[in-house]
Amino acid sequence: MAYQQRKIPFAGAIDSNPETKPFFEGCAAGVLKVPHCAGCGKAHWYPRGVCPHCMSQNLSWRDASGQGTIYSFSVMKRAEVPYCIAYVTLAEGPTVLTNIVDCDLDTVRIGQKVALRFVPTEGGPPMPMFTPA
Amino acid sequence: MSLNGAAYIAGAYEHPTRKATDKSVALLHAECAIGALEDAGLSKSDVDGYFCAGDAPGMGPISMVDYLNLKVRHMDATDIGGSSYLLHVAHAAEAIAAGRCNVALITLAGRPRSEGMATGTTPRAGNVAQPDVQFEYPYGPTVVNVYAMVAQRHMHEYGTTSEQLAWIKVAASHHAQYNPHAMLRDVVTVEDVVKSPVVASPLHRLDCCVISDGGGALLVVRPEIAASLKRPKVKVIGMGEAPKGQMGGNVDLTYSGARFSGAAAFEMAKVKPGDIKYASIYDSFTITVLVQIEDLGFCEKGKGGAFVADGNLISGVGRLPFNTDGGGLCNNHPANRGGITKVIEAVRQLRGEAHPKVQVANCDLAVAHGTGGLLGTRHGSATLIMERE
Repeated sequence: MAYQQRKIPFAGAIDSNPETKPFFEGCAAGVLKVPHCAGCGKAHWYPRGVCPHCMSQNLSWRDASGQGTIYSFSVMKRAEVPYCIAYVTLAEGPTVLTNIVDCDLDTVRIGQKVALRFVPTEGGPPMPMFTPA
Repeated sequence: MSLNGAAYIAGAYEHPTRKATDKSVALLHAECAIGALEDAGLSKSDVDGYFCAGDAPGMGPISMVDYLNLKVRHMDATDIGGSSYLLHVAHAAEAIAAGRCNVALITLAGRPRSEGMATGTTPRAGNVAQPDVQFEYPYGPTVVNVYAMVAQRHMHEYGTTSEQLAWIKVAASHHAQYNPHAMLRDVVTVEDVVKSPVVASPLHRLDCCVISDGGGALLVVRPEIAASLKRPKVKVIGMGEAPKGQMGGNVDLTYSGARFSGAAAFEMAKVKPGDIKYASIYDSFTITVLVQIEDLGFCEKGKGGAFVADGNLISGVGRLPFNTDGGGLCNNHPANRGGITKVIEAVRQLRGEAHPKVQVANCDLAVAHGTGGLLGTRHGSATLIMERE
């Protein structure tokens, strides 16, 4: 099945929540930034102003390698343009909600290695998605 | 202090409508309240506690309390989606034990069917102040594809099949054929389910619940009041609630909050899953049932597929009769929230008032369990264990 890209919506603005603005600025520059905690040494997802593991606010952004593995997925068939929602486990640790793009969606499998691909959105910066590596 | 026995369910009413183009949501709430009061043999002036959730129009409980002109001294509008009403029964028992009320009314109503809501297949942005929204909405999460990811992972981890999931729908349809109010009364086969169109892989159309208008109401009362009424006594002996989310990025789709809410409820009730005669299990999708059955302890984790197969959930056939009203899969999912109907059918079973074709013999112990929100992202679980006295 030939891949067709649906239109990707964006919610709000990059500074709707001030503390996550650097993430979206990273997206605009083509970099996936993952929040990392100096308090406990762990990365987390989704990005937020406090570490969900230890409640430290001593956080910094680290550039992700862009490599990941599909943890689970579902192809939304009942949609104007079918698309694949997925959880991808990043090489850096956290599992992130995303889309699998630019491939035959019927061939997507759990355990597949995937690589980062930014896809334009309507009204916001491009968002990080993944395609089979 | 254990809340085992602190309260009884004295009234239960399910609105018969499945399409209510001629009634407002507020009126549906009111008709459910009237039905539950008549069922219990209580009157409006007896109600001194009121519980509702996000389906109730207005700010929390305020508008509905005013609409019904209730004089209450306890209110609670905790919203954990479709499982709210199971949690409300527990919170009502807490309030009764604390002396904060004697007769708690819980109502739910809505009309997503009349309003033409594409409930399960439309992504909704919601409020961007909700901290996950900006990181999820662009990816098109709907109700069905987020549950579908749970099914996909379960299949991968444990070898669960679409045919096994289909048995859950088959069992519900066997029960729904006897319910004159059920939206879908035709008995279906495993083949019917797996050959229905895929909505979000691996879930098919018949893996999904109905979209219906309607509602329900419950009355939770102090033991002394239950003793004074003429209805069979349904005692609440176990309760538990738990949230589950993405755990900061340590996503694990193999289990639900039922693991925690169920364990708490069984511990309070001092009974075991094997003692349960009837189970109302939230069935937004077939996968919801499978995961919850495992997490509540009815079978080992990962063995749910084999457990539900071959009619094991059909009353009179299998070991765990479930959702004998036809459940959300066939009967009713009012306001897209199936928690209250789960309690109502459990009450019918414990009173011996279920349809004779599906009534469980000597049904003296039942569980009702709900999942609210989205199984694959974040949800609230609530479990109740009830006993016929």
